[in-house]
Amino acid sequence: MAKKKKWKRYIPFYVMVLPGLLYLIINNYIPMFGIVMAFKKLNFAKGIWGSPWCGLDNFKFLFQSKDAFIITRNTVLYNIAFFLVGTVLSVTFAIMINEIRSKFSKKLYQTLILLPYLMSWVVVSYLVYVFLSGENGLLNTLLTKMGMETVNWYQEPKYWPFILIFVNAWKGVGYSMIIYLSSIVGIGQDYYEAAKIDGAGKLQQIKSITLPLLRPTMITLFILSIGQIFRSDFGLFYQIPRNSGTLYNVTRTLDMYIYQMLMQNSDYAMSTAASFYQAIVGFVLIVAANALVRRIDKSSSIF
Amino acid sequence: MRTREDRITQSVSHAVMIFASLLVLIPFLLLVIASFTDNTWAAANGFTFFPKKWSLDAYRYIWQQWQTIGRAYLVTIFVTAVGTLLSIALTTLMAYGTSQEQVPGMRVLNFLILFTMLFNGGLVATYYSYVNLFHIRNTIWALIVPNLLMSAFQIILVRNYFRTGIPPSLSEAARLDGAGEFRIFVKVVLPLSKPILATIGLMTGLAYWNDWQNGLYYLTERGGSSYYTIQVILNNINNNIQSLQQNASALGSMNIKLPTTTIRMAIAVVGILPILLVYPFFQQYFVKGITLGGVKE
Repeated sequence: MAKKKKWKRYIPFYVMVLPGLLYLIINNYIPMFGIVMAFKKLNFAKGIWGSPWCGLDNFKFLFQSKDAFIITRNTVLYNIAFFLVGTVLSVTFAIMINEIRSKFSKKLYQTLILLPYLMSWVVVSYLVYVFLSGENGLLNTLLTKMGMETVNWYQEPKYWPFILIFVNAWKGVGYSMIIYLSSIVGIGQDYYEAAKIDGAGKLQQIKSITLPLLRPTMITLFILSIGQIFRSDFGLFYQIPRNSGTLYNVTRTLDMYIYQMLMQNSDYAMSTAASFYQAIVGFVLIVAANALVRRIDKSSSIF
Repeated sequence: MRTREDRITQSVSHAVMIFASLLVLIPFLLLVIASFTDNTWAAANGFTFFPKKWSLDAYRYIWQQWQTIGRAYLVTIFVTAVGTLLSIALTTLMAYGTSQEQVPGMRVLNFLILFTMLFNGGLVATYYSYVNLFHIRNTIWALIVPNLLMSAFQIILVRNYFRTGIPPSLSEAARLDGAGEFRIFVKVVLPLSKPILATIGLMTGLAYWNDWQNGLYYLTERGGSSYYTIQVILNNINNNIQSLQQNASALGSMNIKLPTTTIRMAIAVVGILPILLVYPFFQQYFVKGITLGGVKE
């Protein structure tokens, strides 16, 4: 009798979570089973279950092409570069904003530097285009004025690693700066007072107090970004180079490739194989990274 | 007592931050100026900060094309409002339900939520199931459904807030007064959670406003153009400026010469403007959202 009553009390909670559960099934769990497509010779007309199995053929195609190496290399190297450049810039900015005495300036700088984070990649691609456009871009106008050859930016692969790293930092630094700033603000003032009494200068204080105390945050962010190293921001790599074919060698990451094979080439073998590859390796990396983070800083791990 | 070192620190910090702020602002400034530049002049001389010939043609064109752009605005606003409200409802209900760990099954559910952060079927499978099982293509749902529950992380964030920010004695007292669980949730828990609701609401709203990927995946020109948002239009004319004109002539609009170069910039300005206007007032919530999300996002 008492047990029955208890169940009755639980019913409202089950009703509450039902819509969310349904959504998870639709949006996440059904597609998870869809990864079996990687082992099928997919034919959209026949559907997933009607399409014949093909074993590891799709993976053979993918890994025998040179694409597999290029997209893996690009995804991993860009992630490393983004992390390094982003960390250096955001830590520097966070330290400097923290030093600034005027409350108004502090807030103003913070507001401005976060602004690009609010823009979509489409909008950022327009902001980049006014500089890089071959015919109308500001950079080429300046080059002409200085009597130099103009550059066809959207056709020259060698510049793109730098452009992408710069644009990514431009959009994302505000975000990580705020994270670092909040940990700097949390550092006790007494450390600095003590250092001052001992005659330590500003740089000395930053080197011996601020940076060491930021290290846990940096390490956590680093490990978590290793966990994400197989994922790339599709918007950045698709929008900023304006999907220019001559740049693919340096702009194609896993997410770009999967999209292009699916939507532009209708090459389901390649896209499902690449998708499976990304999902599995990504899963292993994320689980490993989190296990590691949990040992260092339990509150920062996602499980 | 200001030492020399102190003055140096202040001026170096200000100098670096002013430089960084300018780097942020200059592209926006150039975009806005480009949109006000005379199209022929820009085609001949390129975009600069000091064009010799200004013009309102691009904006005049947008005004004449208001059927297309205005409609896109309305769709964007609709999608943002409905998507954000649905997201908040789903997220908070799920977070509150799963915060009741004494209820059997909730721990399993917590794991199911968490697992979506670790593993996903990827674009191909998601695309396939939305298009072939749920027939979402070229409907307004294509812009709303795939982004609901922006990330499992938001559920976890809200659940932690419910657990730590709201004293259990309050809901216990309401329960003794005979209030049902839904009533407690709406009358006691939600009003106490306004800060976190504002934070996730802003983040979600921004994501809906900025979304162009779902338009790219699920809207086709023939069947879905009536659901184009501002971002989707921006994405389309990025590839092909003519798509705007085709759209326009299909709507039976007049034929004026398209200021092809500057109109893109003007539409981009029109798309950014609402965010720029609103941002200063909500800045603190964004910052709060980032510090709450912290290292995990």
